Amino acid sequence: MKKKTIWATLLIVVSTMFFVACVDKNPSQKEPLDTQALTSNQSEVHGKEILPGDIQITNPLNAQWVADGKAIYDVKCQSCHKLTDEKLVGPGWKGVTKQRKPEWIMNMITNVDMMLEKDPAAQKLLEECLVRMPNQNLTTDEARKVLEFQRSNDGEK
Amino acid sequence: MNPNSNRFLSALAITAIAAVSLNSCKPKGAEAAISGDAASKVYVAPGKYDEFYDFVSGGFNGQMSVYGIPSGRLLRIIPVFSTFAENGYGFSEETKPMLNTSHGFVPWDDLHHIALSTTNGEHDGRWVFANGNNTPRIARVDLKSFRTAEIIEIPNSAGNHSSPFITENTEYTVAGTRFSIPIQGNPDVPINTYKQNFKGTISFVKVDSSTGHMNIAFQILTPGVNFDLSRAGKGKSHDWFFFSCYNSEKANTLLEVNASAKDKDFIMAVNWKKAEQYAKAGKGKMVPAEYAHNIYDEVKHQATSTIEKQVLMLDPKDCPDMIYFIPCPKSPHGTDVDPTGEYIVGSGKLAALIPVFSFTKIQQAIANKTFDGTFDGFPILKYEAVLHGEVQKPGLGPLHTEFDNNGNAYTSMFVSSEIVKWNIKDVKVLDRVPTYYSIGHLSVMGGPTRKPYGKYMIAYNKITKDRYLPTGPELAQSAQLYDISGDKMKMILDFPTVGEPHYAEAIPAEKIRNNSIKIYKIEENQNPYAAKGEAQTKVTRNGNEVHVYMTAIRSHLTPDNIEGIQQGDVVYFHVTNLEQDWDVPHGFAIKNANNAEILIMPGETQTLKYIADKVGIFPFYCTDFCSALHQEMQGYLRVSPKGSNVALMFSTGKNYPAVDTTTKTVKP
Repeated sequence: MKKKTIWATLLIVVSTMFFVACVDKNPSQKEPLDTQALTSNQSEVHGKEILPGDIQITNPLNAQWVADGKAIYDVKCQSCHKLTDEKLVGPGWKGVTKQRKPEWIMNMITNVDMMLEKDPAAQKLLEECLVRMPNQNLTTDEARKVLEFQRSNDGEK
Repeated sequence: MNPNSNRFLSALAITAIAAVSLNSCKPKGAEAAISGDAASKVYVAPGKYDEFYDFVSGGFNGQMSVYGIPSGRLLRIIPVFSTFAENGYGFSEETKPMLNTSHGFVPWDDLHHIALSTTNGEHDGRWVFANGNNTPRIARVDLKSFRTAEIIEIPNSAGNHSSPFITENTEYTVAGTRFSIPIQGNPDVPINTYKQNFKGTISFVKVDSSTGHMNIAFQILTPGVNFDLSRAGKGKSHDWFFFSCYNSEKANTLLEVNASAKDKDFIMAVNWKKAEQYAKAGKGKMVPAEYAHNIYDEVKHQATSTIEKQVLMLDPKDCPDMIYFIPCPKSPHGTDVDPTGEYIVGSGKLAALIPVFSFTKIQQAIANKTFDGTFDGFPILKYEAVLHGEVQKPGLGPLHTEFDNNGNAYTSMFVSSEIVKWNIKDVKVLDRVPTYYSIGHLSVMGGPTRKPYGKYMIAYNKITKDRYLPTGPELAQSAQLYDISGDKMKMILDFPTVGEPHYAEAIPAEKIRNNSIKIYKIEENQNPYAAKGEAQTKVTRNGNEVHVYMTAIRSHLTPDNIEGIQQGDVVYFHVTNLEQDWDVPHGFAIKNANNAEILIMPGETQTLKYIADKVGIFPFYCTDFCSALHQEMQGYLRVSPKGSNVALMFSTGKNYPAVDTTTKTVKP
């Protein structure tokens, strides 16, 4: 019994040491392999924040982009978003380009984790819809094409 | 004191004595073997990752499990030779062909050994091979997807035990038959004609260096012995492959006695480069054979099974200087080649010593014809002439040997339940540690490669007994992790494993983890039944065969109302998961389906076959909790009587008016 108590104490001490080590801002140099660093280095298709000014909105619409955007919509978006203003899983798209800034829309497509973490409007939508907008693995270019299709859906020429 | 309390005291005393004696019955040192800092060495903090992936054979469960080392945490079970209720492997229409054989669908096999692919004798993190022992097969698992990508059956073989060991650049994976059998069509002969009719074979399965695709390049006909294990040479011995064999007595009954009669059996040395040249030079004969070759296409998300009809057989009579026998005491099990390729260690499981052979001396003996008679016409090399040294009194029942990066060898001892560390050069024993209990294979990190990583060693034991909380007669298997970075081996962890692990191989995490795919791209999905977007969902009928092209996304299935199915229809639900985010699988199950469920990864299509055996309403739903509205992810299938006039109809989010004549309200 006594032996076990010693072991338990030792275990607590050791785990406390670990805990303290983890709180420490300077990561331990002793670690043979920093597998954690490898995670942050993993390439992701999405994730780069789009800032105001990054995107050019031009008229007339780029017809090729509208067509490409529609094709992407059919596979990756249409299950949840109608082209009317009717909500399905997510909100309908009618009027979205009038209501939101282009970079807001594109970040919502390619950067949904950031948006749900930071953006009050995105957070409010999650409260209404209760399903996190999925990351559908679109590149920035693809998101731009979807935006062009949305503009066309909103009657822009 | 009343008599009752006296009785109580004596009962207490008896219990105490019993407890003490029980303790003293246990093998020594289970706890004493653990050093003070063990916990910190195996503790992987929440959110942190393990240093190594450990690919562990599942033995009789036919699967491969993946553990993290040093934590011993189970990360994944990869189904290989057995159906797997967790993800529908062998149940979905797409994966059923993977388990096809020349004898039809085999849902369960016995997986023994692991071989991680190598380039220049070092792990390259591309594939892991495994052998099917009962119905002889070799499988290749792709380490990008952690899925079984290919399975090839081995003809003229029985008990594919000496497999799937590989050459240094993964040129070949081999298959040596454990049972010798009458080959070429398995004719009907009396068993006691073993010596005339039974033969062994060794198969060399070529692995395509870019795709990994396997094909049997050639088989070598051998004497009718039992092949046990094998290893390819390394470096200077690159061109050679070493196969341990027992039953050189050629017994066909009571092998326990009859195959243990001789003092020495053999390690068969095969010059595979020479064999390759003979095959190219047309020395072999194409002979009839029947074997399945199954490939999983990750773009079509479908497996195909092809039955091959012939195999190239090399008869060593026509191929001189290709095979030599090295005498090895006594019923050798493991035959292991050290990282330099110079030393070949034979582990005679009934022997009292461990012989270490020298590759240089083997080459000299061949050149000088230092032979000691012949076995079935093949030269036997003189034992003393090829011996580097013998490890004296290593323990009882040596089985397998692995190596570290400092010139040391580690041999598992089944009978004496221990691992013995010894120096390869001077064959002196350096250290020994107990295992709990009756170790089979052992695994040093990178142990079979040219550059072992060392650091940790794992014992995979055959007996578990009291290691964990009791769970009835059936127990998990026990494994122990040792720190081998110092002079002394130190046990630092004990963890349970599933199935019955035989061999295992570990690889540093960074060699695999960054290549691990997260989703299947929906754009690349070429499954003929895929619905890429809800616009492509449909239900079609062809006679009594109905195909439902369905999509799944958080949190609905499309279509979710299906009518017009008739009793006796065979309905195929082809479910495409439209998600494109990591770790968002959807499941699919329909009430009373007698073929399990399916699980569909993002971007993938999988098919559940369902026979509408009774009339009624059959709900279906998503079985993998996917979102806050997962419980809403459901639908209905209506099965009407045969010949009913209910039209085929499917929808989501619509309620068509109830038009057909059979519509009625059921009153309770």
